[in-house]
Formats: sequence, structure tokens, C-alpha cells
Amino acid sequence: MSTGLLTVSPSPHIHSELTVPQIMRGVIIALVPAVLMSVYNFGWGAIYVIGLAVGFCVGIEYLIAKYLLQRPHSIYDGSAIITGMLLAFNVPSNLPWYMILIGSLVAIGIGKMSFGGLGNNPFNPALVGRVFLLLSFPVAMTSWPKAGDWSLDAVTSATPLGIVKDGLRSGESLPTLMQQMPSYSDFFFGFQGGSLGEMSAFALVIGLIYMLYRKIITWHIPVSMLLTIAIMTGIFWWIDPTRYADPVFHLLTGGVMLGAVFMATDYVTSPFTHRGMIIFGVGIGVLTVLIRLFGNYPEGVSFAILIMNAFVPMINRYAKEPRYGAGKPKQG
Amino acid sequence: MKLHNKLKTFRIGGVHPDDHKITAQRVIVPLPLPKSVTIPVTQHIGAPAKIVVQRGDTVKVGQVIATHEGFVSSNIHASVSGRVGIIEEVMDSTGFKHMAINIRVKGDEWEETIDRSEGLVEEIKLDPKEIVARIMEAGVVGMGGAAFPSHVKLSVPEGKHVDYLIINGVECEPYLTADHRIMLEKPKEIVVGIRILMKALGVSHAIIGIEDNKHDAVELFQELLKDEPGITVEALEVQYPQGGEKQLIQALLNREVPSGGLPADVGVIVHNVGTTFAIYEAVQKNKPLIERIVTVTGKSVKEPSNFRVRIGTPVMDLLIAAGGIPEDTGKIVSGGPMMGKAIADLDVPVAKGTSGILLIPKEEATRAEVYNCVHCGKCIEACPMGLEPYRLLILSKKGNSTRAKEEHILDCIECGSCSFVCPSNRPILDYIRLGKTQLRKPKKA
Repeated sequence: MSTGLLTVSPSPHIHSELTVPQIMRGVIIALVPAVLMSVYNFGWGAIYVIGLAVGFCVGIEYLIAKYLLQRPHSIYDGSAIITGMLLAFNVPSNLPWYMILIGSLVAIGIGKMSFGGLGNNPFNPALVGRVFLLLSFPVAMTSWPKAGDWSLDAVTSATPLGIVKDGLRSGESLPTLMQQMPSYSDFFFGFQGGSLGEMSAFALVIGLIYMLYRKIITWHIPVSMLLTIAIMTGIFWWIDPTRYADPVFHLLTGGVMLGAVFMATDYVTSPFTHRGMIIFGVGIGVLTVLIRLFGNYPEGVSFAILIMNAFVPMINRYAKEPRYGAGKPKQG
Repeated sequence: MKLHNKLKTFRIGGVHPDDHKITAQRVIVPLPLPKSVTIPVTQHIGAPAKIVVQRGDTVKVGQVIATHEGFVSSNIHASVSGRVGIIEEVMDSTGFKHMAINIRVKGDEWEETIDRSEGLVEEIKLDPKEIVARIMEAGVVGMGGAAFPSHVKLSVPEGKHVDYLIINGVECEPYLTADHRIMLEKPKEIVVGIRILMKALGVSHAIIGIEDNKHDAVELFQELLKDEPGITVEALEVQYPQGGEKQLIQALLNREVPSGGLPADVGVIVHNVGTTFAIYEAVQKNKPLIERIVTVTGKSVKEPSNFRVRIGTPVMDLLIAAGGIPEDTGKIVSGGPMMGKAIADLDVPVAKGTSGILLIPKEEATRAEVYNCVHCGKCIEACPMGLEPYRLLILSKKGNSTRAKEEHILDCIECGSCSFVCPSNRPILDYIRLGKTQLRKPKKA
């Protein structure tokens, strides 16, 4: 009946099921519907871009950990795979391989590993890579193959947001522009121009529901961000519907859904507390709408998230949860 | 579909570990007398008791062998009859060495003053002062785990008004069923115990809080207390740490004990059900605290059981009675899996605060790989005190006691919810404990 040596350690002696690799696996599963939609829309182009971005990100993280930092690599935690997938989701499906490589290098190398790897980066790595590419290769990053066309040299099309922005600039009125658009149900399911993974609100919402169900994320960031965008664009639309598109249009186009579900909810670069998350979500919503309606770029989600990332340490400092026994003693 | 009212619970934080109450339906069985017992003189919070016997003395069950030193201390009684053996320092379940008295068991001869009959004694003859004195005499301490001397809790400081007595039958620790079984098997005695406590405190309201995974106990007390106006039963949501004193007060009365304060500051005194039973025995039967219920359990244990055990019995005796130590055992815990202490030695004696012995299989015994903090915020969501455990870890690691204190590290109740949920397996509570120790040090100097 000898048991050999017993382990002695401080309490607690049990641990919940959810660990970092499992969370990352959960996020990857949540991304699958959007991957399928992107393959359905762009065929080989989608597989090519996602495959390359994931491969580059994981490879670069491995090489940096092994040769530059000289420490055990951490690729099994799965976070590099997610960064690769999200980077791919944020670029057109016909992006040349070397741009994907540069994007991955910036995302993982500068965005993540230079700060010390998982958990230490202030900015969302995939967005750092994406914005770097957008500023470096503006043309390649804004010519999107038409959805549903599988050929590799497909005709490019503008995004609905781009059409609106350019149209308004050249003096056309919104109602005539809207007539060129696909229907809102097409928007919802993802039959529109755009980056790989951002078009299908439907697929992204499935991912959101899955992550909420698995308790990987909470509702605070996506809901506060989407509500803010809906309310703000709603107010402008109510003021002048010929100049400002309606809230549904804003919610279903561009990177709003992808941003709300997968980019803004990144643990590392979002606040700790629920209160902080709401402030963060509202901030992203406000900045997105301001950039979209009054900025130079047709789309502002990436910038909005990166800007709010910078505020996270401050939000963490001040947005605290209610504490037990903090109030005055209550005597019944 | 069964519709029912939303159960009460505490409002901040909390986690939901699987409850694994495998021994819930196992009737309490008395453990056969051990060959010898080792009774530490420090089984409670406060000063060690002063040893009053010598090697070679013959003692009876219930005889005082160490007396309390000062007010915050507790009497220690012989739990068996026999001859006093060696008196030396031994390691107890906390991992620290304390003086302990060894007694070789001979027969089972009790002090004549103890009423060993089974009958229920309802009439409370003693007045409040005598009740407290009797409880102090009997060496009763909190049996939920903290082992705080009960007579101290009953002596409400001058100027504080207590209007509620809460009886803690929550038993939120997974696996443990000692309190559950005593509620099912000794409910009438517990009710008398509650009346004794109410009389001692001079309060007219008492609430028994029971987690809803013990619904049979809830129903039993509801039936018993139908015509008892002052005492009510409340079923509580199954959520850890529902049985934390502060959490329980919030759940039942919506009062919050102020930071650094005591339950009496909000007019409440909390006692555990096991303690309440011991108080019944002390006051009505003149029986000191010499035995308690201990759950012996674990996923691979052959005969998981609830035993009635004499204080000082070696843990090994309990394990043998529960079918031996399973091959796959990797860790043995005194107490529950969330707050219990891992023991290194099977000679460790059962103490007044030992509520269970849990055998954890090898694959669950060691901690998993630690990752960087990913800022998920789950520790904050889980903390029942509304603290920021991740921040306390960082501050404690840096040794920044001043900032840690500002972040209310001393409010931590060490329930372990943060470490339990951390997906990066970070040793959060370990560092918080370290941080608290850093803060206590200068005061001692």
C-alpha cells in the first residue's frame, strides 16, 4: 500500500477545465464558420492567404523564440495560429505572398515578440500587421476580388463603405449609391466585397455565440461596441439620411463585426474588468463612427481598436469592479 | 419543467467547481478506537493550550489535558482513555510542528460528568454567561475549518449590537459531506444548539444557510422548524465560496462586513452546523469536543465514508477504514480541495478543524504548465471580494507591500477562486499569501 512520494502544495488543489491552449483552440473553432464563408466566397485565394499567414506567423514566432530570444518556443499555446488567421481575415484574398510575409513579420515580430510574447503586447498583433500593410501597400490592400469569383485573377470590386465614401465625395446622394448595393441579407450572409474574413456577419455571429457559450469571452466588449455604433450612426442617419447611411448598413459592412467579435475581444489588449470592457467597447464604437463619417479612410475599425488598445493600461487603472465591504457598513 | 424562485447567493465573484459529493448518502459510522492518539495543543486560532498532564498519567475520556492560555485559546481534552505517553513536537495538518500529547489507548472509560445517553435534551437550564463558560470549558472551536474558539465569537464586544445568528450549513467545498450528514442525522440536536446560541447572544432571529445541493437537509429543517418562529432555513445557490462567512452574510442578509471588520460590525454572528452540534453536546450533555465527523473521500477511494473520529486519531487509521490508499494517489489533503492543506505524512492527527481527508489521483495532483498572464480578467470575475488578483500577484512578486495594501490585499479570504480559474495556471493565491506575509512581518518586529 505504499504510495511513494506525495505531492505537497498550497491550495487550491483543483483547477477549472479552461486553460490557455483550450481557450485558443476555442477561438480557432469560433473562427471556422468565417473561414468557410471566405473559402466559399474566394475559393483558393482564401485558402492560400490563410494558409500562408498562419504558416508565416507560427514559423516566425518559433524562429524568434529559438534564435533571438533563445528560450523555449510557445507555439503550442495556439496564439500565433490565431494571429495568422486574423491577419489573413483582414487582407484581400489576392494579396501577394511577400506582403503576407511582411505583415506576419510585423504582426508577430514587432507586434508581439518584441514586447516579450503572449500576454505582454499592448497592441493587437494582427491589427499592427494589417495597418502596417495598409500604409505600406495601400493599393494592394484596397483592391478586393469580387466575392463569389473563384478565379485567381478575379475582377476587383470596391467595398460598400468605399463606394459610399467615394460616391459622397464626388457629390452623389446616398439613396442613388445604395441602389448599386447588394441587399442587406447579402451583407448579412457575406456576399459583398471586402477582406477575407470580415464580410459575413452571419459566420462571425456564430463564432461569437460559440465563444460566449464556452465562456471564453463575455458580452461586454462586442455589445457595447456594436450598440455604440448603432446608436451613433442612427443619430446621424436620423439627422440627414441623404448623407449618412443607416445603422444596419454600418453594422453589416466593413470590419465592424470582425472587430467586435475577434479583434477587440483579444484578452491581452483589452481591459481586465467588465466596466473597463464597456468603456473600451464604447470608445472603439465612437472612434470607428467618427473615422467612417468624417475621416479620410472609408473604414476605421482597425485604427479605432489600436487607439483604444493604447488606453487599456489607463482604463485598467481606474475602471475597477465593486469591492466587497467597500461601502459604509449597513446595520439592519 | 420545475419552476422555482431564484435562490439567494452572494453578489460578487464566485466559481462553480464540480461538487463531487460522493459520500452524501453515506451514513456516519464511528471509527473503531485507535491504538493511540496524538493530540496537538494548538488546534485553534490563538495561544497554544498549557499542558497539565505528565507522561505516565492515566486519563479518562473528556479529561482536560491542556488548559487555555488567555481568552483567545481553547481547552484540550483527552479523546480516549489510557496512559499519557510521550509529549513532543509533531507535525500537524498545517505542516507546522506543535507540541502534542500522545495517549496509549486502554479501554474506553469516560468522565462520569458526561451524559452519554442518546436522548434529546431540549430544556436549556443555563443562563447566557454560563452557556459561554461551558462552551469555553468544553474546548469548542469553529469546526468549519478556521477553528476559531467559539466562546470568543459569543462574547460580543461592548457597544456592538448583534441581531442575527447565521448557522453555516453551506459546505461549499467540493467532496466534503461532514456537515451535510450531521444535518441529516442530528437535526433536532442542531436546532437545540441554535436555541442555545440565540439565548447566549440574546438574539431573536437565526437563519440556517444551506447550499441547494443538500436539498434533503433544507426540507428536513423546514419541516422541523415549522412552528419555530425565530429560526428559518434558506436554500442557497450552489456557488463557491457560498460558505465564506462574508459571502454568506451578504447572501442571506444583504449586509457587507466592512473591510478589516468582523461580522459583529454588521450585527451578525456566524457558526458552523458542526460547531452548533458540538455546542449542543457541550451545554446539554456536558460533553467536551473530543470527536468530530470527518469525510474520507476521493475519486479512487474504495469505501468513501463519513466517520465519527476521536480527535488525535492518525489519518492513516481513517484511510485504512476507507479501504486503503488507492494505487494512483498523488496527494492527500486535509480539508476540501479549494482551501485544504496537503499533508506530507500519514501520522498527522485529526484535529478539531479537520473536516475531511481527500485523496487526489496522481494526474490531478501536480500543477499544469504555467503560461504568461493573458489578461483574460477571469480572476477578477471570480474574486468574491472584488479584488484584482492578477495585480496582487504582480505587486507581491515585486515585494511592493505598500501598493498591495492599497489594492486591499488584506481583504483576501484565500478562497482560491483566482488560482482555480486562471487559464494560465498562474500561482496567484501563492503570491497573494506571500504578499500578506510581507505586510504582517514589520508589525511583529
